[in-house]
Amino acid sequence: MPNQDSFAEETWPLTLGLGWLPELPSWKDLLQDARRQAPETAFAAFQKLANTRMDFIRAGQLDKAIQRYLADHPASSPFASVRLALLGSGTLSHLLPGIRLAALRRGLLVDIYTGPYGMYRQELTDPASALFAFRPEVVCFSFDAEHLAPAGGSPEDTLANLEFCWRTAGDALGAAVVQQTALPRFPLLMGSNEDRFPQSRATVLRVVNERIRAASAAHGVSLLSVDTWSAVDGVASWFPHGLWYSAKQEVHPRAAMFYGELLGRLLGAMRGRSGKCLVLDLDNTLWGGVIGDDGLDGIALGQGSPAGEAFLAMQRYARQLAERGVILAVCSKNDYSNAIAPFERHPEMVLRPADIACFVANWQDKAANLRVIAETLNIGLDSLVFVDDNPAERRLIRTELPMVAVPELPEDPAGYVATLSAAGYFEALHLTAEDTSRTLLYRANRSREALRASSTDLGSYLQGLAMQLHWSPFDSSGLKRITQLINKTNQFNLTTRRYTEAETGSILRGPEALTLQLRLTDVHGDNGMIGVIIAYPRPDHGLLIDTWLMSCRVLGRGVEQAALNILAEQARVRGYTVLHGLYRPSPKNGMVREHYKALGFDLVRTLEDGATEWVLPLDRFTGLPAPMEILKGDACHPAMSMSS
Amino acid sequence: MPSSDVYEQLTEIFREVFDDDTIVLTPETTAADIRDWDSANHISLIVSIETRLKIKFKTFELESLHNVGHLAELVQAKLNAKTT
Repeated sequence: MPNQDSFAEETWPLTLGLGWLPELPSWKDLLQDARRQAPETAFAAFQKLANTRMDFIRAGQLDKAIQRYLADHPASSPFASVRLALLGSGTLSHLLPGIRLAALRRGLLVDIYTGPYGMYRQELTDPASALFAFRPEVVCFSFDAEHLAPAGGSPEDTLANLEFCWRTAGDALGAAVVQQTALPRFPLLMGSNEDRFPQSRATVLRVVNERIRAASAAHGVSLLSVDTWSAVDGVASWFPHGLWYSAKQEVHPRAAMFYGELLGRLLGAMRGRSGKCLVLDLDNTLWGGVIGDDGLDGIALGQGSPAGEAFLAMQRYARQLAERGVILAVCSKNDYSNAIAPFERHPEMVLRPADIACFVANWQDKAANLRVIAETLNIGLDSLVFVDDNPAERRLIRTELPMVAVPELPEDPAGYVATLSAAGYFEALHLTAEDTSRTLLYRANRSREALRASSTDLGSYLQGLAMQLHWSPFDSSGLKRITQLINKTNQFNLTTRRYTEAETGSILRGPEALTLQLRLTDVHGDNGMIGVIIAYPRPDHGLLIDTWLMSCRVLGRGVEQAALNILAEQARVRGYTVLHGLYRPSPKNGMVREHYKALGFDLVRTLEDGATEWVLPLDRFTGLPAPMEILKGDACHPAMSMSS
Repeated sequence: MPSSDVYEQLTEIFREVFDDDTIVLTPETTAADIRDWDSANHISLIVSIETRLKIKFKTFELESLHNVGHLAELVQAKLNAKTT
């Protein structure tokens, strides 16, 4: 038998072979084992298997095993579910296992609807269709190149059809929309200057992709860019000529897992499952050599040595991620004074102390240190991506903290950046002003912590912050950030209701909802938008708080109290007499179980699933003490300059 | 004639692809005998055999595979061609 456990680079290139996932030696035994477990542990075992490197044959087997397990144990999965409609023009069934496994890597159980072959337009226009009955939360249009750039067709016709699809999926179905770009698989006729022949199908396809890019942003549509990604390992590895002729499969089974991974990343980003923080080891990860032994002059970093340039590229990549809002942290087994020295004094370092939001260098085990980092930054362990050249440390973290993403790294540092890029941990649907200033936000937060530590009395600490809470109803310029907060806030979130940008847009335009967006500033800088509230009228002259979420960055500072004061005042102005609160428990929002109680609401009842309903009559509410100034207007534009 | 070794290798691949350890292939086995062996899974099966045995089928060869006996003969011929 050929060796099934080897993933030679020539057969399994970086992206298509999911090269950042670790191999698991006893894969078959673990799969057999997982099938036999009780639901409490089986899904964790399946998820662990999904997080390993496998070929499409094993992927199919794992997927079948999970589907059978779900059939035998209905509704037993602990994972959040997503209903996805995958609508296309060719054969898509071979893509489904890869999509489901990619979602599982992100703790999502995806239910996929594909519909009758080639009937997507009829389904979209018929409210009685099975597609409508399925009520998809996400619709992905996965069209083949012949369909997107037909012979004799024009990019205008294609775009008109796509925009119709996007509008229908967004408006009539209320779904978030994903559009796959066209796979650039048409042959060239006359070589490198093909684009000078406007009738060339390769040219038309490229133009179609450009138009899709331009139009998708305006429609709030997310792209699945197979044209960009297929360039990494080559279209020849993606497109199987023979299988297209025999089965209308445009994506080779070998590429199906990566296709699924790309869609899984988008689903993850929509549900707030993308990574937030890049945690970096130091020795042989950010520079070559061991700083404690080799000293400042002895480490390989910077121009002049090939390895030094490779580490420089790694630092630049991390720095660029930070500029896009990814938090950087350091986790190193070193004496602190040795570890920080290159950041402070090495002339070639790209990363400086100020770039690192949390710097941990000591001799404790790294699992403990990662817990400290997550706690300090107030983010979940599942938001961490831990990069370490040492396979033993990687194994330790995968065992101790399976929720932390830990990429395999090649032995050659020249491959670090390509691996991180292919692994796609930081998938984002769009970028907000807060993303670009996040490292500044976290840095300001640390000086707040320092102030708190030196302050003996909480009241005077809070007064010393000179906080200002700016509020306004939803407006169109704040919509992206509002939607982002609604979809990524897990802990301080009373109901964990997720809304697409289309939905928050219609809440904003609709007359009935009372909406609030909140921004907090203080002496250390601008915290940006930190809170979102949506409330709907009830027949009893009351308002039901449908959504109340806040950023954990501002916990313990009286912002909840101030927010309630604003909400109560606005409710009174509109003639409402009572506020209704609802707490819906999730695996992550235990911290707000007593939220309404702490604010003076009365418990009405506890539901079977642990949800609680609360009420606050406004005639007896006189406002809560909150140590900050409250200002109306301009809640959505964070000041980009920081005072600290 | 295909060797028993080829049947063993194919059986192993079939078991993985259809996630069914009870599959035992004979020359007479057809798609009707195996749960889930439909036209969609047929393509995965063929590509799985190509991947595991490091051989390549030609597009026209896929049309004449009526039972496992035909498949095994074709696979044996390709494995022989590889070693000579």
